[in-house]
Amino acid sequence: MTLMERMTMTDQPLLRVEGLTKRYGQRIGCADVSFDLYPGEVLGIVGESGSGKSTLLSCLAGHQRPDLGRIAYDGRDVLEMSETERRRLSRTDWAYVHQNPRDGLRMGVSAGGNVGERLMAVGARHYGEIRGKAADWLGRVEIAADRIDDRPSAFSGGMQQRLQIARNLVTGPRLVFMDEPTGGLDVSVQARLLDLLRGLVRDLGLSVIIVTHDLAVVRLLAHRLMVMKSGRVVEQGLTDQVLDDPQHAYTQLLVSSVLQV
Amino acid sequence: MTDQAYNFAYLDEQTKRMIRRAILKGIAVPGYQVPFASREMPMPYGWGTGGVQVTAACLVPEDRLKVIDQGADDTTNAVSIRRFFQRTAGVATTEATAEATVIQTRHRIPETPLKAGQILVYQVPIPEPLRFLEPRETETRKMHELEEYGLMHVKLYEDIARHGQIATSYAYPVKVEGRYVMDPSPIPKFDNPKLGNSPAIQLFGAGREQRIYALPPFTEVVSLDFDDHPFTASKAPHDCDLCGATDSYLDEVITDDTGGRMFVCSDTDFCAGRRAKGHRGRLSGEGVAPSPHPSPTRREGCARHESVAQGAGTEGAA
Ligand SMILES: Nc1ncnc2c1ncn2[C@@H]1O[C@H](COP(=O)(O)OP(=O)(O)OP(=O)(O)O)[C@@H](O)[C@H]1O
Ligand SMILES: [Mg+2]
Ligand SMILES: [Zn+2]
Repeated sequence: MTLMERMTMTDQPLLRVEGLTKRYGQRIGCADVSFDLYPGEVLGIVGESGSGKSTLLSCLAGHQRPDLGRIAYDGRDVLEMSETERRRLSRTDWAYVHQNPRDGLRMGVSAGGNVGERLMAVGARHYGEIRGKAADWLGRVEIAADRIDDRPSAFSGGMQQRLQIARNLVTGPRLVFMDEPTGGLDVSVQARLLDLLRGLVRDLGLSVIIVTHDLAVVRLLAHRLMVMKSGRVVEQGLTDQVLDDPQHAYTQLLVSSVLQV
Repeated sequence: MTDQAYNFAYLDEQTKRMIRRAILKGIAVPGYQVPFASREMPMPYGWGTGGVQVTAACLVPEDRLKVIDQGADDTTNAVSIRRFFQRTAGVATTEATAEATVIQTRHRIPETPLKAGQILVYQVPIPEPLRFLEPRETETRKMHELEEYGLMHVKLYEDIARHGQIATSYAYPVKVEGRYVMDPSPIPKFDNPKLGNSPAIQLFGAGREQRIYALPPFTEVVSLDFDDHPFTASKAPHDCDLCGATDSYLDEVITDDTGGRMFVCSDTDFCAGRRAKGHRGRLSGEGVAPSPHPSPTRREGCARHESVAQGAGTEGAA
């Protein structure tokens, strides 16, 4: 399925963002960000350090409240929802993969318990079934079945990140936020994780917003790309188009500096 | 013989009124932890200052007070709290559950069923059942507010994954009226079924943590579990060696230094009452006068020692 086919399958965007602005006092976190995300689409967000990528992502995921703007998820106004509703959404429909797996895992709980938590949070009460699903998900992220009762502190960085992904995807979310999911990992470990992510995104038809400063990640995963600078979106479009024929001077610089490496 | 240096039941009326307000709020919202301004009491925190303050706020001169520690009326802790209220409130005291109007307890619910008009006051070390996995107070409050209790089951999941069964045998978490998850204080899970649908008022006081919570009479209390690992109120597979009771919670007591041991009711009043009626156990043979409870060998302040007798070990949150 091409992106165009995917996008024309449904005319309703899964996420619609309009004029999103978040300030930290006088400093701009992100300003006037607008975009649509369609079901099954992967949106990459790139930009230098401090350009507002994480701020934008955390506003979208409901971890921070923006000062201005609107967010509609599946036609529902996210900012108007009660906190209960929004937190429920983030346990069921949404997932958030942190750059540092320690922020997204319970380090004192076994791998199986980490994966099972979201199931239990939405009411699963059959131990055997919870454990079965946890085992299945560990397999899907290539963690050996006999590690199910080990704590994440006994795992390598790459394994921890894969566990975090399993823990997030077990309840079948539709929208996944990822903030530098491959940051801090060795290059070979990164490549394996990217491969895994690509497979999962394709097989599960996930919609993803992925923040990264690594254009290789974007080229591999993202259908569409958004380039940020000083809190603002300076260019957005299909990934290949933006990378192969950047229009904005800043994007040209970004692309060329990568090519020179 | 009230000691005239103190107000009735030690606390001043202003403080008692503040505590009563917290108690009433707790009764109105069963299982909800109400903050209160805990006062300094003339005893260390480990001695149940939360329970003592709740008892002080409840007592009236006509009350008859019973104080138990792990089921026994005669431990140092129970004796000194009882004496404290004899001196400061001049109330009558009793060891008989049926005769008491207020019972302060640590780690047990009496075997004798409670009645309407009675108040059971629990001493609570850690009121927050979510604490062990989520140390942030702001976050646990939010979880209660939004009824996000998945984490409680994560703990039970971990228990089964590690021990093959739910090994939590003390402070076993319960859900109150389908709403708040509550820590019943470190009572054995054997006692959990007595929490629900009781005609008595049950009040919980945590002094160090400054929390009061409550179960009004006839409240629905359900012990958390999994469909395929249902809650069981287990006890040691023995009868009481003194009174022969088959259905009471037992302490394992070392009787000599050659490894001799016996199982006896942890509820001393219950056991004595049965023996007075002529019931006999394995070690209270014919013609031998029922021996007094061998309390010196019971270890105090440690819930874990009973875990041998009760089967599974515990990660008890005491
Ligand atoms: N909690 C905060 N308080 C104040 N200012 C903040 C806060 N978080 C971010 N900022 C500021 O907002 C701007 C955007 O920061 P943000 O973390 O969103 O950038 P980023 O693109 O994610 O950077 P990086 O690539 O380094 O992660 C920066 O100027 C930053 O200093
Ligand atoms: Mg960032
Ligand atoms: Zn007995």
